[in-house]
Amino acid sequence: MDPTKLTIGELGRLLQDRELSAQELLVMHLDRIEDADGEVKAYLRLTEELAGEQARAADRALKDGEAGPLTGIPMAVKDVLCVRGVETTAGSQILRGFKAPYTGTAVRRLFEAGVVMLGVTNCDEFAMGSSTENSGYFTTHNPWGLDRVPGGSSGGSAAAVAAGEAVFSLGTDTGGSIRQPAALCGVIGMKPTYGRVSRYGLIAFASSLDQIGPFTRSVEDCALVLETMAGHDPLDATSANRANDVRRSLTSGVDGMRLGVPKEYFDVEGMEPGVKVAVNNALRVLESAGAKLVDVSLPHTDYGLAAYYIIAPAECSSNLARFDGVKYGMSDQDAQNITDAYSHTRRNGFGTEVRRRVMLGTYALSSGYYDAYYVKAQKVRTLIKRDFDEAFTQCDAIVSATSPTVAFPIGSKTQDPLSMYLCDVLTLGGNLAGLPGVSIPCGMSEGLPVGLQVLAPQWREDTALRVAHAYEGGSDMRVEVALLG
Amino acid sequence: MAEWEVVIGMEVHVQPSTRSKMFCGCAVAPLNSPPNTYVCEICEGMPGVLPVINKAAVEACLKAALALECEIPTHTKFDRKNYMYPDLPKGYQISQYDLPMSRNGRLDLEGRRVRIRRVHLEEDTGKLIHAGDKLHKAWESFVDLNRAGVPLMEIVSEPDLRSADEAREYAMELRTLLRTIGASEADMEKGQLRAEPNISIRRPGSEELGVKTELKNINSFRALHRAIAYEVNRQAELLESGGTVVQETRGWSETEQRTFSQRSKEFAEDYRYFPEPDLPPLELDREWIEKLRAALPELPRARRARMVAEYALTPSDAAQLAAERELADLFESAVIGGADAKQAANWIIGEVAPGGARPSADQLAEVVKLATSGKITRDQAREVLAESIRSNRAPHQIVAERGYEQVSDAAALEPIAREVIAANPKAAADYRSGKTGAIGPLIADFKKRAPQADRKVAMELLQKLLA
Repeated sequence: MDPTKLTIGELGRLLQDRELSAQELLVMHLDRIEDADGEVKAYLRLTEELAGEQARAADRALKDGEAGPLTGIPMAVKDVLCVRGVETTAGSQILRGFKAPYTGTAVRRLFEAGVVMLGVTNCDEFAMGSSTENSGYFTTHNPWGLDRVPGGSSGGSAAAVAAGEAVFSLGTDTGGSIRQPAALCGVIGMKPTYGRVSRYGLIAFASSLDQIGPFTRSVEDCALVLETMAGHDPLDATSANRANDVRRSLTSGVDGMRLGVPKEYFDVEGMEPGVKVAVNNALRVLESAGAKLVDVSLPHTDYGLAAYYIIAPAECSSNLARFDGVKYGMSDQDAQNITDAYSHTRRNGFGTEVRRRVMLGTYALSSGYYDAYYVKAQKVRTLIKRDFDEAFTQCDAIVSATSPTVAFPIGSKTQDPLSMYLCDVLTLGGNLAGLPGVSIPCGMSEGLPVGLQVLAPQWREDTALRVAHAYEGGSDMRVEVALLG
Repeated sequence: MAEWEVVIGMEVHVQPSTRSKMFCGCAVAPLNSPPNTYVCEICEGMPGVLPVINKAAVEACLKAALALECEIPTHTKFDRKNYMYPDLPKGYQISQYDLPMSRNGRLDLEGRRVRIRRVHLEEDTGKLIHAGDKLHKAWESFVDLNRAGVPLMEIVSEPDLRSADEAREYAMELRTLLRTIGASEADMEKGQLRAEPNISIRRPGSEELGVKTELKNINSFRALHRAIAYEVNRQAELLESGGTVVQETRGWSETEQRTFSQRSKEFAEDYRYFPEPDLPPLELDREWIEKLRAALPELPRARRARMVAEYALTPSDAAQLAAERELADLFESAVIGGADAKQAANWIIGEVAPGGARPSADQLAEVVKLATSGKITRDQAREVLAESIRSNRAPHQIVAERGYEQVSDAAALEPIAREVIAANPKAAADYRSGKTGAIGPLIADFKKRAPQADRKVAMELLQKLLA
């Protein structure tokens, strides 16, 4: 079996048994990247030197019997997570050449667990987008159909795992940016509860919504990576100090569980019939494993998108103010005064979508509009949270499609921002309510992967993973690596 | 000028005494540290960093609020104040907008109650250094972020002050209060207390407020007083000559002794405040608040009143002592140690306060007792005090060592008096002929020959022998 197609669990055994060294595994991945990435374009840049050091250290640990389950496992990191000494640009020209002076907490914990970082993956600029077409560098292609988008914003990370260019990868999810590309690329992706994983080192898009999460090829792997990153961080005041219990009930099965089926998530505009069929088949699998399907309602779903597109741009307009050409990154040197220096740097450094959202957010926070937009949106957010609270009195988890469509053709939505925003209609509710959600492949439509989303109450990652694990086992599902060509 | 009423409100920024910055672990830089040596990725505003609240700063702010008799809410939060400037690394300042740490307090001055609108917590900005004059004219500018992220409490008063004198008194009283409770060193010269008066004038009896100007760049209490006086004058002249006051921020120029326009506030800047999403709201534990309240020391105003009543000090002496808690504590301990209150006050105000080093209460009490009883002279007492501070020894040891014990035994001193008269025949003759002033040189010679002699006894001896 080709090691670039295996799971962390499978590779861990090979490494522990010394049938394969971490350095060999690294070379295999670098070879695969060389073969595949010319077409997929998942990576913005490779970190071969760092990877070499880490692989050598991993081999020493393996030799000395000090290895853990992640020792020597190759990983890809989304371009919004700071790694010391590594160029980190948030997919933006404005940060071109910026080398982070520190390593963020989630990545640091994985490094301490022995992973090997292959490189930095492409994404929509500042994680704003659903296709990677907003990247300030290039568009990533879906390994299952190279004329298709990989989803976004964490499209590079999803595509890397789908194409065998990394065993697992990290993404960030603000409105669906892990789950949607996971669905479109046919891999597992999870957004944890807000506060489960430290955001320290994550270049902020929308601080109250952003979470870091993994892309993997098995639910077991997903739980392992999440567990390794999770836990209170004194450097993030919004990270929770609670038990790291994400895999508590992983293998307990769904017998007797109540799975909520929200009608609003099935009647959504633009839902493709093939997606609906695949998801309904997945629900049958869960039913036959003993789960009970119950109808639930999330009545404020229709307002979620509008609220999201006030709150996220408002926060981003403030978060992105620091990119001013004074301290780092792009800097206009020809301006005659500070105001021109700011506006030239930001006009040239930011892409269209980022500028659009900065302006939307600035407007929404302006005096005279603040109450009508920002305050109102926060009220809607509260109502959406209550919808979920109410639904979770009737069920243990909520199941639906992750994305209403399969991967769409590159260029098909770039002229219409609103149609692009609608990609996240089934995922952003989870961000507004701070819930954990996992997307797991559940078949194909039009030859492209479909994702099943499982949402659970806050801090119940274990429940979401338990349902996903039951589906994985019940359907005999195995995340395939796209062969390309 | 009599026909104008002056209305002043004060915004005072105070740096609380904390070891580290408001939202990161950086130490607060000592004055004149090399640029950008007290910085980290957080206070530099690097991508991906997050703030964490400094509990010591919250505590200092709450203590100040309690001492100013403010209401403390159960729930407070931080907000982002958005504006771009090169000294503001994140492009926003973390401050407090609609749910500040405290509201509705007061500070009583002599004859004036000043209402405190709010006391809240925020972070300081960095500092710009221009090669040239102002930012827009400079050919090169540098940013020093040592100060960026240093905690600041902002104390905002209502427009209750009515003169430059009162404004200065308010600022000084605030400094005393903050030092007394240990919330800040509040040294204006070091920038730990920055007073920004808002000034307007109106006709007496008018209920409406005039157009105000806000003054910045004030670095001492003296400058505060002068700047306000200048600005009141400027506004009055403007209005009397038919002009109007423009609402603006004006800077005080110490070299030119005048205010100058810095920034028009006609088009109010929109700071787009919104709740800081990186910091959860703070629930202020009642028990903690009550603990802080109970631990507050006696406040300066109460202490002054008590010192006047208890020790019969003049209000001015009491004020000078209570201006620094350390001095007032020293005073009371010295009195407990047996020193005369009036004498102890004089010694502290005259000798201890102006000097740098502080004696222990025992040392001071002993020196005051030695001087008051006439055992040593005042000059000697001064030296003994200095030496006992320097070598940390008991004053009586030093007195013994130096043979300072004063001699007031007339029998023992009479031979010296005879020597003096014999050695100064002209002065002696002058005195005998009625020129009483001639006793001066005789006494001087006496003290030269016998420094330990009690001046009063020596005088009496000379007078007796020359009679």
